[in-house]
Amino acid sequence: MNPFPASEYLIPLVFLLFAGATIGGALIAVFTKWIIRSVCGLAMASVGLAGMFYFLHSPFLAMIQILIYIGAVCITIVFAIMLAEPDEPQDGYGQHSVPWNLGAGIVAAAVFWGIARLGVTGDWPTPAVRVSDGGVEMIGVALLTKQSLALEIVALILLVSILGALAVARKGRHIE
Amino acid sequence: MTAAEPIRLLLFLVGVATFVGLNAAYLVWVERKGAGRFQRRAGPTEVGYAGLLQPIADAGKLMSKQLIVPPGADRVLFRLAPIMMMPPAIMAFALLPFSESLVGIDMNVGLIALFAFSSFNVIAVMLAGWSSRNKYGIISAARVVSQNVAYEIPMMLVIITVLMVSGTLSLTAIVDGQSGAFWNWNLFALASNPLMPVTFIIFFICMLSETNRAPFDMAEAESELVAGAYTEYAGMGFGVFFMAEYANIVIGCALAVVLFLGGWHSPVGVFPGVFWFLVKLYFMVFLVIWVRWTFPRTQFYGLLNLSWKILIPISIFTLLLSAVMIKLV
Repeated sequence: MNPFPASEYLIPLVFLLFAGATIGGALIAVFTKWIIRSVCGLAMASVGLAGMFYFLHSPFLAMIQILIYIGAVCITIVFAIMLAEPDEPQDGYGQHSVPWNLGAGIVAAAVFWGIARLGVTGDWPTPAVRVSDGGVEMIGVALLTKQSLALEIVALILLVSILGALAVARKGRHIE
Repeated sequence: MTAAEPIRLLLFLVGVATFVGLNAAYLVWVERKGAGRFQRRAGPTEVGYAGLLQPIADAGKLMSKQLIVPPGADRVLFRLAPIMMMPPAIMAFALLPFSESLVGIDMNVGLIALFAFSSFNVIAVMLAGWSSRNKYGIISAARVVSQNVAYEIPMMLVIITVLMVSGTLSLTAIVDGQSGAFWNWNLFALASNPLMPVTFIIFFICMLSETNRAPFDMAEAESELVAGAYTEYAGMGFGVFFMAEYANIVIGCALAVVLFLGGWHSPVGVFPGVFWFLVKLYFMVFLVIWVRWTFPRTQFYGLLNLSWKILIPISIFTLLLSAVMIKLV
């Protein structure tokens, strides 16, 4: 069995593509003035992340990433924007004083340095074999055995949020 | 992976691109002919025999038109929206199992992948409507979101019901589980869920709604909103949306065939193959066209009420019913 041709070039290329999409999308999301473009940046970063998951042999996680983040989160955000936001960014919107920007920059750099240092020098265990195929069955079994408490808590949070939404909506109807 | 794999994938991609293009062009012809027949007129007749060259003339016209970005529109997003619409549709085709061997990528989570790719559709239409800075576009964008959010839920519940019956997420395996004659199809899997035909009808309604087809074409209700989100698009910008719409119809119908109608298996148990898949696929497409020209457009509140008050309770009930039946049987 001969290997996939030019795989030694293709693999880094694909990785760079996804990494670029993730970082570029995140930068767009942070730096643009139009909030709807921020959402597009978020969508792009999600696609990049999904590609990264796929690259790491977790197709299920990749597809769920797209399904949830683009199909649900981004769409909900844009829906809220369309209901609430004025069209044009006002003058001075998003512009802060120099000390503010400096402080934000220092905090961001510190967090980045910390995470990067942890990632590069941390003592990560390397599994000798692939733990699982990242498939649905493994995830299902794990959710209902080892992680059942987490599953229950998530379900409880969702229930509470639905009840909260119902309560808020009902109260809203009686306001004149 | 062997060296033959990239060649196979490349060939499959070329085939899919051709299939999508021809489908879009000739489904428009079928649609216009069908509309004509349902309304007791002839449809296109002038260009070529029975108007068969009409799609080519239309394509030439669309491609030669100027691409206009309206002043005041968000230029980047306005251009990006049609680009976001088409590739996910083409990628979804690579997952469809046309026959036992004719499938681009046989993923073990193929069904989820299909829905993941189709979720780009909503955001693309919404961006198109929002970025053209046009009142019809914005109304259409708001409509398409609330409609798709409402219909995603019964769709997913129906999909889970089918999944519980077939027990796998791989599209090929789902079709394999329905081999034999037509009483083995999921549509008639009455032993594990007596309401399976109802489930199929819910799926069909949701599919019509997700692909923005009449009677649920709120996004481009031409008598109210000009063309909704596509109002400002000229030339091939509009053409891409149009192609993607037909590609999505074909994907939705193919999904119906895979999930309920036994995929490439023949209804009488002999000669399975891609032929049967295409016959069933185009029968479903014909149903979609038939529905469009038979039923008037619903009102928007009617549309949302149908989903939240009728389809979701029924689909939850069928889900629970099949869970109980599978546990008991």
